[in-house]
Amino acid sequence: MPTYLGAPTRRELLLGSGMLFAWAAVPRAARAEGRDPRLLVIVLRGALDGLGVVAPVGDPDWGKLRGDKGLILEGPTPALALDNFYALNPAMPNFHRLYQAGQAMVVHAVATPYRERSHFDGQDVLESGLPKAGAADSGWLNRTLAALAPGGRVDPHGRQAFAVGPVAPLVVRGPAPVLAWAPPRLPPVGDDTTLRLLDLYRHTDPALARVLEERIGLAAIARAGGMTSEPDGDRPAVQGSGIAQVRAYFAEAAGAAGKFLAGAEGPRVGALAFDGWDTHVEEGAVKGRLANLLGALDGALAAIESNMGEAWRQTAVVLVTEFGRTARLNGNDGTDHGTATVALLAGGALKGGRVIADWPGLKEADLYENRDLRPTTDLRAVLKGLAEEHLCADPGKLEAAVFPDSMDVKPLRGLLA
Amino acid sequence: MARNPQEAALALHRFGFGPRSGSIEAIAGDPRGALIAELDRPGAGQITKPDLPTSGAANRAVFEYQAERNANQKRKPRDPAQAQMDAVPAQPEAMPLPRQLFRAEARARIDAALNAEIGFVERLVWFWSNHFCVNQEKTVMAGAYEREAIRPNVLGRFNDMLLAAEGHPAMLLYLDNAQSIGPNSIAGINRDRGLNENLAREILELHTLGVRTVYTQDDVTNFAKVLTGWTIRQTASDPDHGGEFVYIKRAHEPGPQTVIGKEYDDDGTGQGRAVLADLARHPMTAKHVATKLALHFVSDDPPPALVNRLTRRFLDTDGDLKGVAKMLVEAPEAWAPEQAKIKRPGEWIVAALRATGEAGEIGRIIQAQNLLGEPLWRPPAPKGFSDENAAWLDGLAQRLDIANTFAHREGLALEPAAIMDVALGPLASAETRRAVTGAESRPQGMTVLLMAPEFQRR
Repeated sequence: MPTYLGAPTRRELLLGSGMLFAWAAVPRAARAEGRDPRLLVIVLRGALDGLGVVAPVGDPDWGKLRGDKGLILEGPTPALALDNFYALNPAMPNFHRLYQAGQAMVVHAVATPYRERSHFDGQDVLESGLPKAGAADSGWLNRTLAALAPGGRVDPHGRQAFAVGPVAPLVVRGPAPVLAWAPPRLPPVGDDTTLRLLDLYRHTDPALARVLEERIGLAAIARAGGMTSEPDGDRPAVQGSGIAQVRAYFAEAAGAAGKFLAGAEGPRVGALAFDGWDTHVEEGAVKGRLANLLGALDGALAAIESNMGEAWRQTAVVLVTEFGRTARLNGNDGTDHGTATVALLAGGALKGGRVIADWPGLKEADLYENRDLRPTTDLRAVLKGLAEEHLCADPGKLEAAVFPDSMDVKPLRGLLA
Repeated sequence: MARNPQEAALALHRFGFGPRSGSIEAIAGDPRGALIAELDRPGAGQITKPDLPTSGAANRAVFEYQAERNANQKRKPRDPAQAQMDAVPAQPEAMPLPRQLFRAEARARIDAALNAEIGFVERLVWFWSNHFCVNQEKTVMAGAYEREAIRPNVLGRFNDMLLAAEGHPAMLLYLDNAQSIGPNSIAGINRDRGLNENLAREILELHTLGVRTVYTQDDVTNFAKVLTGWTIRQTASDPDHGGEFVYIKRAHEPGPQTVIGKEYDDDGTGQGRAVLADLARHPMTAKHVATKLALHFVSDDPPPALVNRLTRRFLDTDGDLKGVAKMLVEAPEAWAPEQAKIKRPGEWIVAALRATGEAGEIGRIIQAQNLLGEPLWRPPAPKGFSDENAAWLDGLAQRLDIANTFAHREGLALEPAAIMDVALGPLASAETRRAVTGAESRPQGMTVLLMAPEFQRR
């Protein structure tokens, strides 16, 4: 079993990985400038509620949408101000610290070109970099490796991407070799999965429902006094019940990614995915499920930062999700599938401390289809900006091979310090 | 004939190991006919893998392996200087031979289930192997036993399977008959050792008549005497045939014995064969077997009419197991649309692999069966694993963990909706379809599919 106290050696990678290919390669052009950039992509599957992460507390229409279920600057759990308009979820003090240090930023009202509301298709568009859902077999991050500006002597086949997880996420799959590392522990069964199953059983199979309810009850008792939120009437006290495991998994997976990317001869781009963001019921942005998940995510960022050491200065971590959620809460204090959301960026390479947004407003007429935050920034602009300026990818190849049919999406430049 | 995908899917889950890609469509024209055809296929139920050793060969190999290990441990420590010179970089220790054998047997068993068209015959193999179970903890021959005693007879006559099972070295070891000695036999008098009733009792109680039926303690004792001398050759003294069956007259209780009202003359193994033959055609045995089959395939509360017909068929055909299996297929009670039974853990694991087209890594499969409370060839008692829902419902939480692990390991490349069409077809309820396609990620969709009631049940 590899340990991650020091930088992982090649042998540790071999030991820790089921699938392993060639070794080498970093963005040479960037290195020629004396930089050695790293890019880590974290895919948040399930559609993250951007308004639950960073809320426009300065928008007079915000309070009407979510009330005290939304982030506000007052009350027992006040949101963390980012500027005089936006505030961050209080579960993310670490991101807030980075933001204040100019090492984290937010792009708001952002969306991929996908405008339907199916998770699987949305994730395919997000990760493939293609404008439409379809049979994608490679991801934009992998293809970016082939688009790196020629440093002269680099064999493109020697370039590799890095993936954490039992299966490499689509975003990192493709022609360039993928080095994958599977954490010893797999993602725990999320509360969301358990609740969905329970819902299915209640409608179709009472016997199975009873057994699952008992499991949930036992699990809640076992963790009594732990990090769970208060039980709520008839609903099983499952909200946040597995959060300790989730935190551990997030931190371990992300921390490992940081360690690998930091290594002197390690890979320079990587990806991992975290599930669990599909908050249809009792979203709990301030206190509850989403807050718990964001707290785990905040811990993952801390793990990356601390594990990367000096390399953090050369790093950009970008957190993306397939689409956002409805601006209003639904009948279950949750949110349904929406459109625009946030992209979070962290890392010492960034010119952070900013929220970048062409704010669309929250009045009824402002909302996309009268329900979702309207997208005003194409996520591909952010990703192209990072690829071009951070990794020194060739702009022509970015248009042609990495994000096809994105001519009208100009790279968002100036993200880097 | 009108196509019937609903019944085809039911046939695959209830009688087989669940659909593989295209299975439902392939048998939708005549699901019942397809089940019968699988029973009639030449060589059905057999595993031909020349690299798997016979039970005797496995026994001998493990004996030698352990003898060598013991010797190595007892060897004098070497001169330290010499030891240092000989030192080689630490090698990962090879998997112990018993474990290698176990894995090879397990792989062959799983492959047979994965590769079957429907898997009805394999399900029967699993059923009978559980009925006549042995335990890997007590013998390294559990896998070979299944191939040698169960498979050749799974569509043959019950009496032949009974004989093959009770006379197999694995069973003689598991239920202690190998060391049972007739008190009045020459060996018994000389060595002051005696009878062990274990095998005789379990044959009567579990394998044939059923508990609390027509036998008494005297019948058990006398039957145990009949079986004395049925033992196995010792490898230490017989390196070529160690681990094989042998009848030792010197240990056999001399004289006639009365078992359930009938006297059996002492003519060596013939005495035991005669008792087993009579037990095999006893009406209580027929009822016992018929009840267990119906319980396994149809319902925890098997319809009495079905049990009666199966019993009748068993008796009328002198225990023709293929005939009984066919009657099960023909029984209207076996086709109720409600999926009353929870799949046993092993069945569920195989069904998941078949649905996704995965072969599975054998270590993980074994581990999963352990976690789910159905460790392969390690039943908790001679009664075997339970066939009632109550025994398996509690494991639902563990199934969820395993489904989640499987989905995260394999699931990203799989399209849950497509796998659902493969695995459930028309059985999928609207609710299940919504839950699978509406999942927040493909792994979650796969988890929900593998945990869906229609996939958990059969």
